[in-house]
Amino acid sequence: MTTSTALPPAPAGPRPKKQVPHNVKTSRRAAWIFAPSLLVSFLFVYVFIGITVYISLSNWKIGTSPNLALRQPFGGTYAEIVQEQRFQADIRNVVIFTIIFLVLAILGGLIAALFIHHVSVGKGLFRTVFLLPYALSFIVTGVAWRWIFAPSTGVNEILRSMGIENPPGWTTDTTILGALNDPSGTDFLKVQFGIPVALLPIIFAAAWQLVGFAMAMYLAGLASIPEEHLEAANVDGANVWQRLRYIVLPQLWPSTITCFVLLLHVALKIFDLVVAMSGSGPGFVTDVPGIYIYNYLTSRYDKASAMAIILLLLTLVVIVPYLVRGYRKERKA
Amino acid sequence: MAVETLEPTPSRTAQAPRRRPGKLAPKPRSWSIPKTPGGWIVLAVCTLATLGMLVPVYVIITTALSGSTGAPNFFLAFPDAPSLDAFKGAWTKLHGSLANSLQITVPAALISCLLGSINGYVLSKFPFRGSNALFTVLLVGMFIPFQAVIIPVFQFLNMLHLQGSIIGLILVHIIYGIPITTLIFRNYYEGIPSAIIEAASIDGAGIWKTYVRVMLPLSVPGFVVAGIFQCTNIWNDFLFGFILASPAAWPATVTLNNLIGTTTVDYSELMAGAVLVAAPTVLLYLVLGRFFVSGLTAGAVK
Repeated sequence: MTTSTALPPAPAGPRPKKQVPHNVKTSRRAAWIFAPSLLVSFLFVYVFIGITVYISLSNWKIGTSPNLALRQPFGGTYAEIVQEQRFQADIRNVVIFTIIFLVLAILGGLIAALFIHHVSVGKGLFRTVFLLPYALSFIVTGVAWRWIFAPSTGVNEILRSMGIENPPGWTTDTTILGALNDPSGTDFLKVQFGIPVALLPIIFAAAWQLVGFAMAMYLAGLASIPEEHLEAANVDGANVWQRLRYIVLPQLWPSTITCFVLLLHVALKIFDLVVAMSGSGPGFVTDVPGIYIYNYLTSRYDKASAMAIILLLLTLVVIVPYLVRGYRKERKA
Repeated sequence: MAVETLEPTPSRTAQAPRRRPGKLAPKPRSWSIPKTPGGWIVLAVCTLATLGMLVPVYVIITTALSGSTGAPNFFLAFPDAPSLDAFKGAWTKLHGSLANSLQITVPAALISCLLGSINGYVLSKFPFRGSNALFTVLLVGMFIPFQAVIIPVFQFLNMLHLQGSIIGLILVHIIYGIPITTLIFRNYYEGIPSAIIEAASIDGAGIWKTYVRVMLPLSVPGFVVAGIFQCTNIWNDFLFGFILASPAAWPATVTLNNLIGTTTVDYSELMAGAVLVAAPTVLLYLVLGRFFVSGLTAGAVK
């Protein structure tokens, strides 16, 4: 998988109950068949990450003139970038983006699934439309939403007709909603922490594209709830809300975890959508780590690598526990 | 929604349980107009939400159709004189890149599926000591942000003199596609009874012979699912194409993004381009939607 849109299915699957009886020789052959893929993956994933870590600690700046001497003091590049206004804006943006996007996509997907699961006609049609954006490239989604939120047309036209004189400039707006601090310039913190208005259109676009994924996960979850449980609750006189609260939602918990982890890793890696909709924006108001890394690939290998490693760590904090959990489950099974 | 029946039961509840003929009977499909007010509300909400989801699609198509008169002033207005002019302009600029995307997607998807199928077969039918742990190690590769490996990949392709070329992109897509295809096939093969392998083994077939003679013919649905998944991902890729391809090898997503000018944007042509870039994956989705969904949910919910 190669795009940030791509959401892999969750890794956990039941282990085969009955295994083929095989001897040491076939076992060894099996291992040899798997070995090339594993080796290639080891090189292109683990070794390459190791190289990126090394570059982030080195003095290598321009791609064509490698300088592999370690930077003094050790880790100086990290110390340099965390003080940058741009870096701080990126971290703020990716955190805000991730939180609002996850809430919109997961809640939206859950509500859509609950309704679509119970609709009496046109179930297939509704499901198809909700999942359609998932088949698109983030670039296609980006150009469409760029037009919808263009300051002179689109949504603002509706807002003006509703009597709002000065609608937001959306992706070019520098307003930060609910700012927590007022950076004066001498502090370590150089950006206002809050919700940048400029990020909202990008969040809506991302949620539009991926709400169908959450819906598909929840629909699969709903289909696996045994009918008997709901019937039993019915007999006991449980109303719609009670059935939802005590039977349906608890059984959808695995779907929620899958959605949470897979959508979170998409949010952290977000790049194409922002490039197509706004780029860095005024004062880096829509800048994200992906764009930061891309911009520094031409001039500062060390900074690009350091940011990439920070992004990787953010991703692994979520992914590794998830994979380990899947692995443990398999061993138990 | 529980279906209410007018069954006189002594039970305290107004809602009687729906009668089901037997445990294994298929769920009754109720393709009918709603019978209760609640049913109508559900239908109304679904319809409205679906129309809302379609707004961006409508915007893309109407703006693309507005042609040489330029995009309409208001984004929801239908163009006064719809025309296909914008598509001509977009095709001129994009057809080379669309051909590149096709040349990258087809071989990369095919080869990564084949490798994934072999891995999945071995992992699900001939698990060896530590195979599960190694599989988990392999899976990490599909979650990493590719920015964390992009500099070494760039330098590596440079060393092989493949930097900027279509072959280089194919290679990269194959390598980073192995974890996901392995996962999809491993889950798929676990649904195939091991007794078949045992029978082949008793007949004296080895691992490879069993794979080619027994497993491959049974793998068509698996290849469709994994193939759609990979084709969509690779076609929609932007990052690798953007960083690793020279202009002659640009995939369609990169060229489409470049249609967004620095100062002015011809939205009509841009949207026509978006339609061209989106068409293959959307068609694939509409025609083979069932397999598309199984790719997403393969093993996700138990």
